[in-house]
Amino acid sequence: MTESTPSIAEILDMSLPYGPSPESDAPAREWLKSLGGEAKLFIGGAWRKAKSGESFETRDPSTGAVLAKIAKAGAADVDAAVKAAAKALPGWSALPGHARAKHLYALARGLQRHARLFAVVETLDNGKPIRESRDLDIPLAIRHFYHHAGWAQIQAAEFPDQEPVGVCGQIIPWNFPLLMLAWKIAPALAMGNTVVLKPAEDTPLTALLFAELCERAGIPPGVVNVVTGEGETGAALAAHPGVAKLAFTGSTEVGRILRQATAGSGKALTLELGGKSPFIVFEDADLDAAVEGVVDAIWLNQGQVCCAGSRLLLQEGIEAEFLHRLKRRMERLRVGPPLDKAIDMGALVSPIQLQRVKDLVAQGVKEGAQIHQAPCPLPEGGAYYPPTLLTNVQPASTLAQVEIFGPVLVAMSFRTPQEAVEIANHTPYGLAASLWSEGISRVLDVASKLKCGVVWINATNLFDAAVGFGGYKESGYGREGGREGLEAYLKPRWRAKAKPLAPEAAPPAAVPASPLDRPEGVDQTAKLYIGGKQTRPDGGTTRLVRHASGALLGELPEANRKDLRNAVEAARKAEGWSAQSGHARAQILYYIAENLASARAAFVARLQAATGRAKAACEAEVDTSVARLFAYGAWADKYEGTVHRPPIRGTALAIPEPLGVIGAVCPSSPGLLGFVSLMGPILAMGNRAVLVPSFTEALIISDFIQILETSDVPGGAVNILIGDPAALGLELAKHDAVDALWAFAPAGSLADFERASAGNLKRIWTEPLARDWFDLVQGEGREFLAQATQIKNIWIPWGA
Amino acid sequence: MTQTTKIRAAAPPAPHPENPGIPFDLGPLEALRVNASAAERRADALGGRRSVKKQWQAAWLIRALECVDLTTLNGDDTEGRVKRLCAKARQPLRADLQAALGLAGRRIVPGAVCVYHRFVGTAVEALKGSGIPVAAVSTGFPAGLSPLKTKIMEIEASVADGAAEIDIVITRELALTGRWRELYDEIRAYKQACGPAHMKSILATGDLRNLDLVARASWVALMAGSDFIKTSTGKESVNATLPVTLTMLRAIRAYRDATGHKAGYKPAGGISTAKDALGQLMLVKEELGEDWLQPNLFRIGASSLVGDIERQLEHHVTGRYAAHDRHGLA
Repeated sequence: MTESTPSIAEILDMSLPYGPSPESDAPAREWLKSLGGEAKLFIGGAWRKAKSGESFETRDPSTGAVLAKIAKAGAADVDAAVKAAAKALPGWSALPGHARAKHLYALARGLQRHARLFAVVETLDNGKPIRESRDLDIPLAIRHFYHHAGWAQIQAAEFPDQEPVGVCGQIIPWNFPLLMLAWKIAPALAMGNTVVLKPAEDTPLTALLFAELCERAGIPPGVVNVVTGEGETGAALAAHPGVAKLAFTGSTEVGRILRQATAGSGKALTLELGGKSPFIVFEDADLDAAVEGVVDAIWLNQGQVCCAGSRLLLQEGIEAEFLHRLKRRMERLRVGPPLDKAIDMGALVSPIQLQRVKDLVAQGVKEGAQIHQAPCPLPEGGAYYPPTLLTNVQPASTLAQVEIFGPVLVAMSFRTPQEAVEIANHTPYGLAASLWSEGISRVLDVASKLKCGVVWINATNLFDAAVGFGGYKESGYGREGGREGLEAYLKPRWRAKAKPLAPEAAPPAAVPASPLDRPEGVDQTAKLYIGGKQTRPDGGTTRLVRHASGALLGELPEANRKDLRNAVEAARKAEGWSAQSGHARAQILYYIAENLASARAAFVARLQAATGRAKAACEAEVDTSVARLFAYGAWADKYEGTVHRPPIRGTALAIPEPLGVIGAVCPSSPGLLGFVSLMGPILAMGNRAVLVPSFTEALIISDFIQILETSDVPGGAVNILIGDPAALGLELAKHDAVDALWAFAPAGSLADFERASAGNLKRIWTEPLARDWFDLVQGEGREFLAQATQIKNIWIPWGA
Repeated sequence: MTQTTKIRAAAPPAPHPENPGIPFDLGPLEALRVNASAAERRADALGGRRSVKKQWQAAWLIRALECVDLTTLNGDDTEGRVKRLCAKARQPLRADLQAALGLAGRRIVPGAVCVYHRFVGTAVEALKGSGIPVAAVSTGFPAGLSPLKTKIMEIEASVADGAAEIDIVITRELALTGRWRELYDEIRAYKQACGPAHMKSILATGDLRNLDLVARASWVALMAGSDFIKTSTGKESVNATLPVTLTMLRAIRAYRDATGHKAGYKPAGGISTAKDALGQLMLVKEELGEDWLQPNLFRIGASSLVGDIERQLEHHVTGRYAAHDRHGLA
């Protein structure tokens, strides 16, 4: 405080200003001193300097002052950390759930005991208001450890067929440092994994304080390792072959790089990335409540929130009134020193971030946006930026599309709920949405149509450990929180013993060379199946399928890029399939099964001829295929969501939704059963499929097309491309209108698919292992259904 | 903090703005929406978003004191009891404490003394020369279910006895069953009976329960010319909660936007600690602005609040936690 302090009488006559209300930073400064000049890395339970001896500085963004020097981990340090985590893994994962639960409980309790110190350190390092670190970040982090202590406790009962993934590399951002640490570490540890965590270079402090807590709480050495550093440290962690699973929260740009960098490595990957989330106000909303919602949506944490409601969509009838009320509300916002307890916004995380926000706003204004900023004074000397509203922004404007990651809101209007949905979904992102309306029917309808992972109804930025958080589309994949968040930290037990998928081999036996020798006795032309029609390949090319001996097996069409484009287009248009009820989809799957069963003899004969396998084996494949279709008919109306009960008055509905268009490169053998095993879950969950059968077994699939044609499958719901799986798979991976890709192929081609999938960050499921498709665990069920869906959590607070 | 610290000269107490009311209109009522969860979140969050310390807190508490309607509304009230209350109103703060706060010689009195009709005369007499107005609860307080004629007569009698402010209670049935026009007419009739006295309309929000109803009843009361809207009689099981305050403040704001008329707000019941009072003041400042942080537009109906404020102020001066018996009894 620079000005002289006024007297009580003066304050009374000034109509009651707030005055300063600082939280003490003395304990935090004491702790910083205890770091002894340079904070070290936490590896294998010991504190070590970086091998290179290098360090970097972390600063208080509200003043620019250096808070601490921090060791900068290089590749050698990361290697040591991963090795320490690997060493700790067998012991930690072998602990009974109760023992791990006690460790996590100790962490929750420890965080709680030192909550204020964590909050102040977080605020010093990040610049966020102490109110937020005290009331939001730290309590949510504590809750995360409690909640996951519970998951550890009941793991054996709830996940008997699964085991930990292994060493987890975790890279977290600077916007919610400790909370993101909790989101990463708690589920990993609960499920028996060990962790190497790389905090953001701007905000490493609370991770180090947490490491001290781990030490005191008796977490076994190596279970949690913290490697501080910059981009190269993260890159070294992502590249380390000892890491089985990589979890990243941060920008979509870096997410893409990580997807490419880990391609072909076999690492599991979850990404929680950026957003440009809509905040939609309908004319029947409580407008004052919605105005307050905007404050929570875009001015929380200076707008540096991946799920910030940064696109304000206003129904035209209330647009002017709403903006009037919002501007008036902005007059009351206070920006000040982050440790002041009477402010709404503190400092942005760094001068770099500040400059980025300034540049983007300048660009928006240049494009014609009108700028309105809160009139509050800004403290000097720090990375401060005022709450900002931009109007006269159109959906096509840069600022309506680019994630600003700052306290900047862009406002647009819409006419009807349908148009709101259209504008809201018109973004490559799909993280969150906030809807404001007192009409429950309307608002739930819109919630169901939005393509995003989290929807808040008449609320915003609510989080809880029991409720999964994560995005659709280029906002990433994987969920954090709740049961849905544990999936990323578990794998089926059978995988440990499974063999890699062998490269496709020619069938083992000679088969009839002439089409006239086939049972039908008439020449048949195999075709592609696109949009419900059998079509000739665009290139007009046909490939001869030969046995290794040179004997002709048959002739197959060869699909090219244009066929693939057409198939994806047909699949995109077949939205009706996704809108059908589970019951209606089940009818179609049963009908396919029925028709396949009635053609059993022909399929058995065809399989025998095409594969040279014994009749009994071929009968088993057809029969199991029929059963599998039945299974997915059964699942179509039974794979339901969860009703979460987070600590609000209300609920959060976790609803599995179809991804949209899923491309699938099917396993080579057994061809029919493998194909059906992928088509079934994709269709059952309401996706549209573009399927690529393995080339050697495509003959049987060309017959299967006729089954589909007679089973009332809506045109475009299933599309089949016969051709070179490696080439077609790559095209699917590159296609930006494909929402997900499944690839069951030898490891070699998977790397290319994974790398190419980074383009639109489509969800990708690559399987290099040979599954036993006749086995019920490996061949069907929840694993497939989970891959065919994404969870949307709809938060519904209520109150009369 | 670069907050402006320009000191304005002490202004004389601002007069009560008059709310003449407007013709009945169902339109604004039908457009009203209150989301209860969102209102609660806003109310909950404010305590974390705002805080006053040191001399700022002391000043805020003095202002809270100046906004209190010092109240006694019990079946066992007597003349003696009312006189004691009035004596306390004349000197709510110990003189030495007031001096230690740097406020020696400054007029610090509560907004009004609030009593039943029977004691209006007693209070007027006891407060003579102090400039402190007497408020009378009226219209069959607290249930408000007496015949309309007697309710009107009650108002007239209190005004005749010298009450400058009349706190009426609405007929809750009319709000609970949506008979808004009848409610409007009733309040309008009270307003007329008040004449020059300022009318505060008690909505008994604890009986209405639902924030939508609170908002609608607030609008009707404002349209009918209430100078203040007030939450509670103090006799309902739920009194002036922050979400109710939020809802009523927003109604006052919307009415101001629509008509240009300023009406005041009075939470009553259950506000017994200095902290509660600060919470109400902060919400008023945030939602309505500084104009409302004066007794002409903001009152707190309370009986035990003053004692807690005194103790907090003593703590500010001495750094020691105070005891009740060290301050004047009401």
